[in-house]
Amino acid sequence: MPTDLAIAALSPARPKPALFTSPVTEAPITRALVIAVSLAFLAAVLLLPLLAVFTEAFRGGVAKYFESLDDPDTWSAIKLTLIVTAIAVPLNVVFGLAASWAIAKFDFRGKSIMVTLIDLPFSVSPVVSGMCYVLLFGAQGYFGKYLDSINLQIIFATPGLVLATIFVTFPFVARELIPLMQEQGSTEEEAALSLGAGGWRTFWSVTLPNVRWALLYGVLLSNARAMGEFGAVSVVSGHLRGLTNTVPLQVEILYNDYNFVAAFAVASVLASLGLVTLVIKSGLEWRFADQLSASRRR
Amino acid sequence: MLPGFGLALGFSWFYLTLMILLPLAAVVLWTASLGPARILQIASDPRIFLALRLSFGLSLAAAAVNAVFGLLLAWTLTRYDFPGRRLVDAAVDLPFALPTAVAGIALAAIYAPNGWVGSIVPFKIAFTPLGIFVALVFIGLPFVVRTVQPVLSDLDQGLEEAAATLGANRATTIFKVVLPTLTPALLTGFALAFARAVGEYGSVIFIAGNIPYVSEIAPLLIIMRLEEFDYGSATAVATMMLTLSFAVLLFVNLVEAWSRKRLGHAY
Repeated sequence: MPTDLAIAALSPARPKPALFTSPVTEAPITRALVIAVSLAFLAAVLLLPLLAVFTEAFRGGVAKYFESLDDPDTWSAIKLTLIVTAIAVPLNVVFGLAASWAIAKFDFRGKSIMVTLIDLPFSVSPVVSGMCYVLLFGAQGYFGKYLDSINLQIIFATPGLVLATIFVTFPFVARELIPLMQEQGSTEEEAALSLGAGGWRTFWSVTLPNVRWALLYGVLLSNARAMGEFGAVSVVSGHLRGLTNTVPLQVEILYNDYNFVAAFAVASVLASLGLVTLVIKSGLEWRFADQLSASRRR
Repeated sequence: MLPGFGLALGFSWFYLTLMILLPLAAVVLWTASLGPARILQIASDPRIFLALRLSFGLSLAAAAVNAVFGLLLAWTLTRYDFPGRRLVDAAVDLPFALPTAVAGIALAAIYAPNGWVGSIVPFKIAFTPLGIFVALVFIGLPFVVRTVQPVLSDLDQGLEEAAATLGANRATTIFKVVLPTLTPALLTGFALAFARAVGEYGSVIFIAGNIPYVSEIAPLLIIMRLEEFDYGSATAVATMMLTLSFAVLLFVNLVEAWSRKRLGHAY
């Protein structure tokens, strides 16, 4: 409200309370209690599992840790995860750039439908996302008979894993870019065009540099999700050892084989990936806050 | 006018149709071919009915716990300053960053009868519905914190000062002035945590024990039916899940709209 803003602008800076307790904060004892309870909850719920992963992984010592990582099935799982991620993430980056260009720079009918559809994968259970592709391409699915006749396997093979991964990581890049590009408007692009730059040149030298940190942010999140996804790929994988197991599925297999040290060793690799993601993500939020979409600024 | 509109829009719709619309259309078509009577018949099978009840009951309970502690955490992070606040703030996103299968086996190890927590409590947590509840609390927490946090930091503290000058003590101010304005955000966070919990699979199945009729969640039943090539039953469970989730979210939205209207302002 404008009046509120005016009052805020007119009121002088509040002096620091020295001898009296501020009326808009809690008594020191209450404050200490609230901090203690919320941090204890955080530690018990979030940090304990992280600690457990590394403790269990190193239970047999460092040598045993590396020994249990060196397993042909684990290596092929790592390779498969890298392949799947290397296909799914770039495709979603291209889509994210195209969709945000269309949505942020132009007006068209069906824009709000498109924005809603982009966010949809976040509200679908991973298991249901995997199920969609089984209904389409599975043995009893709509295209099952046809795929069988041309000898193309999608479900229980790499293409199914790629499709499921694309589905669950679909929104990440687009939803970072759309709000930022909407905020930035198109004046800089118009200036470049009026100075004689072509469309692609404008995109590469003006638009892309303006959104680079937000793009990196989106890629970071979709990469982490792509490498760590479990539910959706679990449905389409078929769990063929050494063939269709991604790293998270390999963790499950090792765990169900009661090979706990190996399961936690592989899990610790994934956990480290998650931690690195978290560190870079926080770094971007602190360092490049003004170049990320408004909701990411702290 | 900028160039590239046709190409960008064309590719966007093409990719969106191929990757999102087509797969979801498959579910809609399969559901339509089953018909409501058949779906209800499948859902009334005791095993599926109990799984749905368990998934929804525990998700609501976990989202409620997250609403309480998420609010407390958001309050601590926005209102108080203490050493390591930024680190704690970053750590809130841990459940988003940690792959669900990793969280799943870690939680199972901690709450198993011989685990860190499991060995000191006198009752069983892992491999019971209580274990599922613990996992759902884990994955839902960031949703509440991250929706309440921005609203809380944008809140005009002048309101609290006004309440204090009018003679309200701090507790009255918090419960009558601050909390009502946070209610819509808190409900949104609750709804997001709930929606995530209902569909959650990876972090739950390791700690659940997956005992039929007791600790089997709905997403697990979908996977089991698909593995038996019983696509009809799998689709029916998924449709029931989506319908019930939609009903809960609609109800939460109505409460949220009501509380916004009662307050008469826009955030």
